[in-house]
Amino acid sequence: MSTTITRHPEADTLMSYAAGSLPEPLAAAMAAHAAMCRHCCSELRDMELIGATLLAEAAAHDTQDGKVAAIPTPPPPPPVAPARSEPLPAAAETAAGLPEPLARRCCLTLDSIPWKRLLPGVWHHHLPLSPGVRGDLRLVRIAPGRKLPTHGHGASELTLVLDGAFADEVGVYGRGDIQDIDYRTEHQPVADRKLGCICLIACDRSLRFKGWLGLLLRLFGPRRRSDGRGRAQAATS
Amino acid sequence: MFAASIDQPMARWSPGGARTRMSELLSRIARERSDDAFRRLFEEFAPRIRGYMMRQGADGATAEELAQETLLTVWNKAGLYSAGKGTSTTWIFRIARNLRIDRLRKEVAWQELSEEHAETVASEEPAPDEALSRRQREVRVRAALDGLPPDQREVVVLAFIDGLSQNEIAKRLSLPLGTVKSRVRLAYQKVRDALRDLS
Repeated sequence: MSTTITRHPEADTLMSYAAGSLPEPLAAAMAAHAAMCRHCCSELRDMELIGATLLAEAAAHDTQDGKVAAIPTPPPPPPVAPARSEPLPAAAETAAGLPEPLARRCCLTLDSIPWKRLLPGVWHHHLPLSPGVRGDLRLVRIAPGRKLPTHGHGASELTLVLDGAFADEVGVYGRGDIQDIDYRTEHQPVADRKLGCICLIACDRSLRFKGWLGLLLRLFGPRRRSDGRGRAQAATS
Repeated sequence: MFAASIDQPMARWSPGGARTRMSELLSRIARERSDDAFRRLFEEFAPRIRGYMMRQGADGATAEELAQETLLTVWNKAGLYSAGKGTSTTWIFRIARNLRIDRLRKEVAWQELSEEHAETVASEEPAPDEALSRRQREVRVRAALDGLPPDQREVVVLAFIDGLSQNEIAKRLSLPLGTVKSRVRLAYQKVRDALRDLS
């Protein structure tokens, strides 16, 4: 299935992830994509070589009092890890369809997500972030043909397709594809007409929620005319 | 050779030889649980990891603690390290990086520690000369990094060693975010180009 993935993150996103400096919500989306994408796994391994090289060259810091630090005594060897009792699933995914890192950390399967309806045809489920972390990480489910309102708002944003597909001006995004939105881009994706779309949306600013709600409210609010046009486009795409 | 060099003062980091030596030390830790190999790995890496943690804002005591924990993790999980899959320094970098995210940034480290993951994604067995190829890649990456223009190298170091996000780098250098992104991409393109014929 990894051969069908055609949309990858930008190099700077991959690089920050390898460096360990990508904000937590974006790192979660990257981990989920990497679990599905062999190409990005191999890119990440090369990028980690950059970290390894720089760490090996990093200035050594002596301990505060200038003495050589005590070398800890290594503990007795841990028991030999038993061989994995069952083989890992083929593509590092659970059978339930969520990428392994998400399934493991959030204890969810695609079928067990406790969706909350946001508006007709749009459901979401927040995933927790560490205390004090800015940003937003959530699963979003969009009904077939429904617009997926997305906005830049000056933040970095990653959208990973977990099921179904969506299309926008750039092209079609299927399962495993990730959209690495430029922080200045604005666009209007539409969920697949038959399958709909379940995706993971990560953003490094919480501001985005306003934009999200704002857009949704616009879609279903007073500006009916623009909503109608959007739906007509969706239906014909 | 280990017995002969054991009493020598700690040598300065010397790229080629030291890297090979590190892989051997790690293999000895994995295979023989060698205390001596652990001590030597510790002498080589603890001061650098301490420095790495301090760049992210750790005080001396915390940095020392995290350096010890990194290397004890190396000891405890040495079995996960496979010389054919990655270089020893990459393995140590990953452990230190994830600890830094977990303890200093107090965030979830989503990055994979081992390459179990990649293995399940890869469909074929690693080629027998993979270890050699890894080492070649390391040499090429080092050369590419040495050849980067200072402004590109700076953003790479700030991301990898100082642990700054792109927004934090932009703020630190008073640059637009777009400039930081394009410098990072240019830097990576050069690393990519340096590795092109090895893949």
